[in-house]
Parts: sequence; C-alpha cells; structure tokens
Amino acid sequence: MATTPRTSTERPSAAGAGIADRELAMRPDPWRVARVAAETADTFTLWLEPAGSGVEFAFRPGQFNMLWAFGAGEVPISISGAPGRVQQLVHTIRAVGHLTRGLQKLRRGDLLGVRGPFGTAWPVDGAEGHDLVIVAGGIGLAPLRPLLYHALANRSRYGRVALFYGARTPDDLLYARELEAWRGRFDLEVEVTVDRAAGSWHGNVGVVTTLLRRVPFDADETSAFVCGPEVMMRFAGNELLRLGVPPGRLWVSMERNMQCGIGLCGHCQLGEWFVCRDGPVFSWDRAAPTFAVREL
Amino acid sequence: MQTLEPLIAGVALFKGMKQEHLALIAGCATNVRYEAGQFPGLAGSPADCFWIIRQGCMALEIHAPDRGTISIATMGDGEVVGFSWLVPPYQLRFDVHALTATRALLIDGRCLRGKLAQDHELAADLLGRFSTLAVQRLEALSLQLMDIYGDHATNID
Repeated sequence: MATTPRTSTERPSAAGAGIADRELAMRPDPWRVARVAAETADTFTLWLEPAGSGVEFAFRPGQFNMLWAFGAGEVPISISGAPGRVQQLVHTIRAVGHLTRGLQKLRRGDLLGVRGPFGTAWPVDGAEGHDLVIVAGGIGLAPLRPLLYHALANRSRYGRVALFYGARTPDDLLYARELEAWRGRFDLEVEVTVDRAAGSWHGNVGVVTTLLRRVPFDADETSAFVCGPEVMMRFAGNELLRLGVPPGRLWVSMERNMQCGIGLCGHCQLGEWFVCRDGPVFSWDRAAPTFAVREL
Repeated sequence: MQTLEPLIAGVALFKGMKQEHLALIAGCATNVRYEAGQFPGLAGSPADCFWIIRQGCMALEIHAPDRGTISIATMGDGEVVGFSWLVPPYQLRFDVHALTATRALLIDGRCLRGKLAQDHELAADLLGRFSTLAVQRLEALSLQLMDIYGDHATNID
C-alpha cells in the first residue's frame, strides 16, 4: 500500500500506460471515511477524505474508483460527487453482495483503499451549446450526478437541462432532498417516476422511458446521457432515437466485472472493448450492438 | 361556433390525420375539467369514453382489499387515458383518478365507434394509431414487470 500521499493526476488515464504507471495504478491509497449516510434501505453514501495530508483528487463526471474493503476485496464504484479537483470523494453504493455489504459496515474514521479515477467520462465539453437530457434508472443516478453538478455549475454553456429519473418505488429514490431542491430550480426540469406505488404516492408511475415525451427538447441539438440497468438503457436509448436524438450524441454507462481498472486483466471485456478502460461511458453507436449479444 | 377541431389537431395521437377525420373526432369531443382527487371513471363502469389530457395528471388505479390502492400508471399532458372504449365489453378495468387539477378532451366512445363503423378509412387510421400506442404501453408495462431495479440489478460484487 502507498505510504506517500500523491495526487491522482499521476495515475495512468487509459491504454498505453507504462509498467511504472501500471504499478502505480494498481496501488490503492488509504482514505478515511468522513461520513456515512443511508440513502435508501439498501443504498448508502460514503464521504471519504485522504488519510494523508495535501492530497488532491481530480476526476471527470462518469469516472469510477476501485474501493477496497480491507479483508474483503475491491469493487468498482462510480464517483457521485461534484467533479474537478477535490479533497473529498463521494460514492453512493448499493449493498448487494459481499464486498458492498463490507463497505456498508464502514463507519466514520474507518480506512479503506482507493484506486482511481478510471475510465472514460461523460463528454461534457462536446455537449456545450446543446440541450442536455439526462436519463437515470435506480442507482444509475449516482454516476450521472457529477454530470448534473457540472451542468449546473456551468449553466450558461448549455441549453435546456432535463433530468428523467426512474426508481423501483418511492422509497428507493436516491438523493430525495436534492431531487426536491433540483425540482425547485427554474433552470432545470426534473421528472421522476417509480415502477410501483401505493395510492399515497401522488407522483408519476411507470417506467422512465414514458417520461421522455413529456418535456419538449430540441432533439437535433441534444446530447443525451443514460445510466441504469442495461435493459433500461436499451429501451431509453431506443426511445431517445425515436424522438430524434442523433446516435452519436447519445451516451450510456456500461457495467461489467471491472477488476484491474486499466484494461489488463480482461475481466470486463465487452466485445472488442474493456469497459474499465474504453468505458464505462460509451457512445450509443459503440454500445448498442452489444446489447443483443447474449454471449457478451 | 368555435369547434374543438384545432385542439384535436394538436394532439400527438392525431398528428398528420386528414382534416375530415379530425372533424369527425372533434364532433365526439368535449372539453372537461376535473379537480384533484376526482375519479372520472371507475373500474367496472361502462367504458363509453376516453380522455386526452391537455394539462394535468391522471392515474390508472386498482383497489385491492389487502393492499389498498395500487397505482398502475400515470399519464400527463398530451397523453391518452383509456383503451376500453375500443373493445368489448366496453367496460373500464381500472379506476381513473385525477391526481391534480386536470383539463382534458373527453372523446365519446359510443359516438366515435359509430363513426368508425361508417367510415372505414377513419377506422383503419385510428386503429393503427391506437395499436402503436398500445404497443408502446405494453413495452413500458413489460419493463415494469421485469422489475429492472430489483436485487439482480447489478453484478458488481
């Protein structure tokens, strides 16, 4: 484990990293849990601070870190805080297996290992001047939140910004307070829906794709960003294409069994790509052909 | 007298429809308004109309004695509520609940069925449009049934 704090900018960013860089990329840094908060019954957010002093971490919206729960192993988790050069990392995690349940047990002051940031980012610069359509399903809102933070922090660079968010039930909505605050803004449109609800819920019911026709946007001048379960991304992407969004400006974030983070181990191979290195953010053009291939 | 034809022409479902067909549909339409909490339709009652929401939100609901009210789907501006007017036994399967104050076009189903029986070109056109809508709704319901955000939703660990 690294003993000398360093900045994340020393990290190899993608393919072509030399051996020294690869070694660096495989070495976790110690970070300390500053805060833990439950988002839903099975989802929680960790705020992390570097265990050493003077560490500044730089990342772009859509990238992920490998979080190491000591004694259990590593798991890839998208960064869900505001992007840029930060001294605090935010990760929202769904506890679904051995490793993530291990992370769920961490408390303030506990240490964990962090490697990253890894992977490609949402192309925020290329989307300047466009309407932004952000479609999130379930925990998929977490990797999209840095994109939304970026858009709101640079609001004048974008046209209309709309967030469409679908969850399983009202109790499964992430960032509930923040969603309320976003809904109150005049420069952001937020539509939320759930798949199942009792009569006490007075919001939308139905899958997130049904919302897309409700907010008018200029499809020709739109960049769309989708993250959620793969089936949801498939249907949301097709609906956005039907509405006229060009496939080259439609982006999805893929998930596979990422382990090394730098395209060496091959566990996250998706056709001709490694998701950890060539993704997780892919253009629709690249990702869509893989959706229907069972062997991938 | 001002007719509802311009409003009908502005509905996405009827986009590109022949003027004479729009006029026929408008002849079966009335403007309605519901307060939040009102039930414009109740499960089991005759399905003698459908609604096109101009502004507001309506839910399809069903009441189960052991679970209370279950919301199946909600519809918003520009969306169509109700298919049962189209197929026998012309009976509503779900409660139609105005969740907010809602303005809508109410289309008289019996009136329109009569016109479809007389004008087969209109019938073919309208049934095609409703079929497309039905397929979209089925697709959405299939996704709901898949429970895509359930415990199987991630494979990261």
